[in-house]
Amino acid sequence: MIVAKQKDIEEIIEEVKDYNKILIAGCNECVTVCEAGGKKEVAVLASALRMYFMNQGKDVKIDEVTLERQCDHEYLEEIRKMIDQYDVVLSLACGVGVQFLAEKYISTPIVPGVDTCFMGVTEERGVWSERCQACGQCILARTAGICPVSRCAKRLFNGPCGGSTKGKCEIDKELDCAWQLIIDRLKELGRLDDYEQLTPIKDWSTERAGGPRKVVREDVRQ
Amino acid sequence: MTETKTPSKLEKILRSGHLAVTSECGPPRGTDPKAITKKAEMIKDHVDAINITDNQTSVTRLCSLASCIHIKLMGLEPVIQMVTRDRNRTAIQSDILGAASFDIFNILCLSGDHQAFGDNPKGQNVFDLDSMQLIQTVRHMRDEGKFLGGDEINRPPRMFVGAAANPFADPFEIRVPRLAKKIAAGVEFIQTQCIYNVEKFELWMKLARERGLHEKVFILAGVTPFKSAGMAKYMKNRVPGMDVPEDVVKRMSGVPKEKQPEEGLKICIETIQRLKEVEGVKGFHVMAIEWEEKVPEIVEKSGLYPRPKME
Amino acid sequence: MRLQYPTNIKIICLPCTGKVDLIHIMRAFEKGADGVYVAGCLEGTCQFNTGNMRARKRVEQAQKILEKIGIGGERVQMYHLSSSEAPRFVQIAEEMTEKIMALGPNPIKIAGKKKAA
Repeated sequence: MIVAKQKDIEEIIEEVKDYNKILIAGCNECVTVCEAGGKKEVAVLASALRMYFMNQGKDVKIDEVTLERQCDHEYLEEIRKMIDQYDVVLSLACGVGVQFLAEKYISTPIVPGVDTCFMGVTEERGVWSERCQACGQCILARTAGICPVSRCAKRLFNGPCGGSTKGKCEIDKELDCAWQLIIDRLKELGRLDDYEQLTPIKDWSTERAGGPRKVVREDVRQ
Repeated sequence: MTETKTPSKLEKILRSGHLAVTSECGPPRGTDPKAITKKAEMIKDHVDAINITDNQTSVTRLCSLASCIHIKLMGLEPVIQMVTRDRNRTAIQSDILGAASFDIFNILCLSGDHQAFGDNPKGQNVFDLDSMQLIQTVRHMRDEGKFLGGDEINRPPRMFVGAAANPFADPFEIRVPRLAKKIAAGVEFIQTQCIYNVEKFELWMKLARERGLHEKVFILAGVTPFKSAGMAKYMKNRVPGMDVPEDVVKRMSGVPKEKQPEEGLKICIETIQRLKEVEGVKGFHVMAIEWEEKVPEIVEKSGLYPRPKME
Repeated sequence: MRLQYPTNIKIICLPCTGKVDLIHIMRAFEKGADGVYVAGCLEGTCQFNTGNMRARKRVEQAQKILEKIGIGGERVQMYHLSSSEAPRFVQIAEEMTEKIMALGPNPIKIAGKKKAA
């Protein structure tokens, strides 16, 4: 899922301090799972902001709504009738949702309440880590299910580098060396000989480098 | 002597069966070329080729290419080090052409230390290619005479291709397969990480010999003299991929501070003497970081002086 | 034991302090409470294993937020005691009351009064 982290409240306050009618919009999917922008987080943030503004002696209306997702038209339509009551929407969805809201409701400022971090997994409650960088050409079959693009700090295709120490990356003792993981997995699968196959030079044109991406399925378009 | 593929003096020396000696200079964090030329002057008669590091440890310095040109203009033999951390494939091929245009005939292909270690930890990194793919690229440009994109190169570069090897990094079990991989990618000479744990190095060499790899690539053993016990401890504990046995540290700490540099040099020279006996070692890469003035002494006392004169 | 404790304390009973959510603490202050404390079981004695420790973490979260928005993080506290420790219960009630008296009323009440004036 997409993992995000709520922004520091000081930054959020800075973004909304000049407004008087704020709608805080959460999202029921990824940001709920990583406890950054779901219904609970919306409620706590709303309460905190209300108290902040009360303390400042400022009269601010702060309402809460949590949409199923903020990346599909149908769900965003749910707020069409109420959005004009507000002079800003503080969206706690990932960057995708914030932008989609802004595209749809062009005359209302939409500001982000979370920093979108990466696509990853829940290792345990409270710990999320990156797994995928959407390079557009998945090679996981060759690397025993471990991605060198997202998990190697140097995205080496023929790693490990000389800095790999005791299975950890040279930049962070807590970070697993992706290539150590790949080698261990190849061993488990009885495929350590595959290690010597040279991985050819990557085509990065399907990644960010190639420009903003789109997927079109003519077979399902209406 | 096997036929040389490039005008590289280093290649000629190695293919003639001599033990080669290379060393390295770190460029300055500024624009004064004297910082390089002075170091090169100190060592020029005692080495066959001089490596110039490429923004080592990700710290911004005068670039390797420009430094190599200064070396070349002195009439000496440079080895350009190139990391893939800072350049995409366009810049890489372009810099290779640039180096070749100045008749720089040796290149060392590296991935590079992560920028988190350097002075620009907030910067981007590139890693369009990794070190193995860089080796393949240089060979492709030289032997096929073509760019990666497929077009012909006007007067292809002729470079002797090298890479680094670290017998001491983890995991040990793939360090020899990794050497084999680099050979398959096209590498022609290897400079290893500096050696203090001679036993481990000897084991790595043994495993390499079992696969005949020592005959497919010229392996130059890396050595670095300790200036102090503090340096030994630092390298043991703080440098990833470095193996400094406890008894070596003890040897350094066991002598008074003023005697430590001398002891460090002694250890270095003894290491070279031991390594000369290891089958498959075809030369030495003396990395005397910020102590370049000691290179002549190390080379002489290791019985590697004078250097062979090649036409 | 029929011990006396300060009258300004409103008790909300829960089956376990693990039931306290961050929003409950926030709402209490939003509605004008001057202080909130959560009295949970001693470490290692929670009937539901870690309810009391979860409550502690949530109290710490609340402290951080309240500090940042200018209400004051010390207004919310976590205490651990056994349900049989009546004297300790009184001691905590007194300690908390004293602390809150020293801090003064919830700033939003003052701000509210200022506005009304």
